[in-house]
Amino acid sequence: MNPQAIIDGLIAGSTIGLGAIGLTLTYSILRFANFTHGDFLAWGAYLTLTVAGVLGGLAAGLGAPVYPFSFGWGLPLAMLGGVALTVALTLGLDRVLFGKLRARGADAIIIVMASFGASMALRSLLEFIFTAKPVYFTKALQIAKPLGLGMRATPDQLLVIGLTALLVLALHLLVTYSATGRAMRAVSEDPGLAGVYGIDVAKVVRVTWIIGAGMACIAGVMAGLLVQIRPYMGFDLLLPLFSAAILGGIGSIPGAMLGGLIIGLSEAFAVQIIGAEWRAAISFVILVIVLMLRPQGLFGQKEA
Amino acid sequence: MTALSLSQLQAGYDPDLPIVKGVSFTVKKGEAVCILGPNGAGKSTMIKAIAGLVPCFGGQVRLGETDVTGLPSHLLARNGMGFVPQTENIFTRLSIIENLQIAAQLLPKHERPGRIEAMLDMFPDLAARPRELAGALSGGQRQMLAAARALLTEPEVLMLDEPSAGLSPKLVGQVFETLRRISETGVTLVLVEQNVRAALTLTERALVLVDGKLAHDGPTDVLHDGKFLGELFLGHRAAEAGQ
Ligand SMILES: Nc1ncnc2c1ncn2[C@@H]1O[C@H](COP(=O)(O)OP(=O)(O)OP(=O)(O)O)[C@@H](O)[C@H]1O
Ligand SMILES: [Mg+2]
Repeated sequence: MNPQAIIDGLIAGSTIGLGAIGLTLTYSILRFANFTHGDFLAWGAYLTLTVAGVLGGLAAGLGAPVYPFSFGWGLPLAMLGGVALTVALTLGLDRVLFGKLRARGADAIIIVMASFGASMALRSLLEFIFTAKPVYFTKALQIAKPLGLGMRATPDQLLVIGLTALLVLALHLLVTYSATGRAMRAVSEDPGLAGVYGIDVAKVVRVTWIIGAGMACIAGVMAGLLVQIRPYMGFDLLLPLFSAAILGGIGSIPGAMLGGLIIGLSEAFAVQIIGAEWRAAISFVILVIVLMLRPQGLFGQKEA
Repeated sequence: MTALSLSQLQAGYDPDLPIVKGVSFTVKKGEAVCILGPNGAGKSTMIKAIAGLVPCFGGQVRLGETDVTGLPSHLLARNGMGFVPQTENIFTRLSIIENLQIAAQLLPKHERPGRIEAMLDMFPDLAARPRELAGALSGGQRQMLAAARALLTEPEVLMLDEPSAGLSPKLVGQVFETLRRISETGVTLVLVEQNVRAALTLTERALVLVDGKLAHDGPTDVLHDGKFLGELFLGHRAAEAGQ
């Protein structure tokens, strides 16, 4: 077996884990499985690409790669803009669609179906604006450097893994120790009681979208940087995202990340052992096993 | 001075089928009243409507001089309304101290640690292991935490829905002793209670709700007569409403 699968798995797992964080938070706080979440990754990547294009037009130097990476300062700057725009997209969608359904007391299944429809619409819109042809953040080629033990990684890949670790740690600390995090956990347990305690539930819902959209955008940019950007990039990740969120335990940020890494690593090893055509089946198999053996996931709480 | 007043309040879960069917009463500042009534009369629904958790279809709720009808619950909490629901009244997946910290968020920053300390002093059971999950508390201790959470912000009006439900007689005594001390500090108390005898030790005035309407509003002494109360519950004395 080739130890390179560990690096490949960690990289894929970083994207899946960051994406799953938003999914697990919307699931636990807004109480529905959000099928548009994959498309937030794709929109995040395309919005960042658009902002990068505008920035590049304003100051050409921003595109010049900064050693040892394959991209220039323009990309992290553009990603900040992309995050802001992705957040605006999700808050807008909540205002015109999900929030309206919640206010009307719609069943979770109705909201899930609405998210499914919105997912298709968002994806078609991407194809319409940007076409289905894959695009790239950078054309620069990078040489993978040996890390020892037969593993290699490019500086971009190592940066992605490091940034993911940092973001997950920061979010975990926020949710565990800050007043905002306490309020989020309270709303996920009982939104009605949260109001009685004086928590502004609508505000917590907004924070949830902001975190979820921010992480989705960053995950999309990472996937776009290391692989490519295409309208279906997020939709194709939907099953791994759900598997990671459920494996980690709904509502748990470290759980979603660990779930993402497990899915990413399993996929990478499966590709080596049984062949690339089975990659997509892996998250499904893991999902089924988790649902049978430990439905509350690794870090999830059992329903009281 | 009026602390809380309802006028012709209609509330429920479906506008075509109100559960609370036009209830009016006024509670003075510092007064303790108890709301009695048979199961299903709408006591919990009424108190939840006052607290902003159940929609109001008509009439008015005033907190002090302010019209608060239909205000969302978190704004009521910020305006001096403390409410302890009948069930599911604490966050079981949060620690004891976190439950208190959330409530303390309503206070100015510099007052928070002091108020949390004060609640832990008042309820030694909670002080013993503040970092434990609230879900690990016993039934009586949960009621303590629920009361502590509501008291922490020093509300002007404190409403409790059956604080003695499911407690042993000894614990009921403790809860009511705590409520009596709270009442003595001048907090306005509105108490829904099935445990009539315990409630009557605490309050001088009782409201009896039968089928969504007030069947009695007056001093508690007449209610010591079990026969009178029984007839009220059965609706035979509905004419006494609004005395
Ligand atoms: N969430 C709800 N949705 C619809 N109807 C409800 C709901 N909660 C209560 N009801 C109905 O409202 C009526 C009054 O219930 P409520 O809980 O207010 O009574 P109660 O006086 O508090 O009774 P108890 O003494 O048993 O607590 C009942 O007929 C009940 O079926
Ligand atoms: Mg009740």
